[in-house]
Amino acid sequence: MDETQLRLDGNAAGGFLQEILAQDATSMRIRCHGCGSVAQVGAQPLYMYPGSPGAVLRCRACECILMVVVRGPGRLRIGLPGVTWLELPEPSDVR
Amino acid sequence: MAGTAVQRRLTWRLADVVGVVAETLRVRTLRLSVPGWPGHLAGQHVDVRLTAEDGYQAVRSYSIASAPDGAEGLELTVERLDDGEVSPYLVDELRVGDQLEMRGPIGGYFVWDAAMGGPLLLVGGGSGICPLMSMLRLRAARSPGVPARLLQSSRSLEDVIYRSELEGLAAGDPELQVIHTLTRRQPPGWAGRRRRIDREMLAEVAWPPRERPLVFVCGPTALVETVAGSLVELGHDPALVRTERFGPTGG
Repeated sequence: MDETQLRLDGNAAGGFLQEILAQDATSMRIRCHGCGSVAQVGAQPLYMYPGSPGAVLRCRACECILMVVVRGPGRLRIGLPGVTWLELPEPSDVR
Repeated sequence: MAGTAVQRRLTWRLADVVGVVAETLRVRTLRLSVPGWPGHLAGQHVDVRLTAEDGYQAVRSYSIASAPDGAEGLELTVERLDDGEVSPYLVDELRVGDQLEMRGPIGGYFVWDAAMGGPLLLVGGGSGICPLMSMLRLRAARSPGVPARLLQSSRSLEDVIYRSELEGLAAGDPELQVIHTLTRRQPPGWAGRRRRIDREMLAEVAWPPRERPLVFVCGPTALVETVAGSLVELGHDPALVRTERFGPTGG
């Protein structure tokens, strides 16, 4: 398989991030701890490998790992090794 | 309306297949009825989950192709990937009367609604047209005055999804332009574009950056990255270029 095809974007993680955050994550802004750049989750590259139980979200500017999501039996683990902050909208002001 | 569609705990639901339409040899539209469907925004997607007899599950994301129209249902347009785990079942096996497990709507980044206005530049590759079609259908229903251009890349004329509907939309609408490029095979006498989308083509088709078009690009990763990178090189504000990549592992 062509490696390029494995690079998706944060939109593809929208479903399982919404499981955790109970609201849309793709429109949230996220700041990279490595380089300081800020972009929406949907605009960041996401790597998913066939048959793997999770995905890796990277910074589109410096490629460092922002977030790792792994699914196991009966649980979902989210790692945020490269995130300074994730900005959630107030419930009354979604989008 | 936007709030209710975006802010919602996701639950798996059973959708009833109430219609199927062959779009091309490899692409089929599924009309789904979903009791209690909360509505969606143009550009959002759903996750579809298939469970094998041994319990193995596969989840994939599919963009919603129908416009938000208040109906308790939606349409997905699915392209068969020959070695895919999910799409061959959706394209070849699923019948009217079957049920499908899905959850959604999902997404708030790759979304357009009429209040955002335009001009609207939509760039699609293959079945990447699906979320763009939802936007065009919404625009036709709610705000036909918004200037819009669709640049659609397909392998051949037979592979153009929604070809006759797009012709119909553009024929009656001076503010909508539909531009096709056919990358592999062109019919005799084809006067249109015949190569992959590149910077030169985008410079011809797109509004100049000073008009600040809202851009939505959806397709395979290579196409999306070429288009987004070229538009930024041409001077478009990266914040106005929204992208959605799809691939065989999506979702």
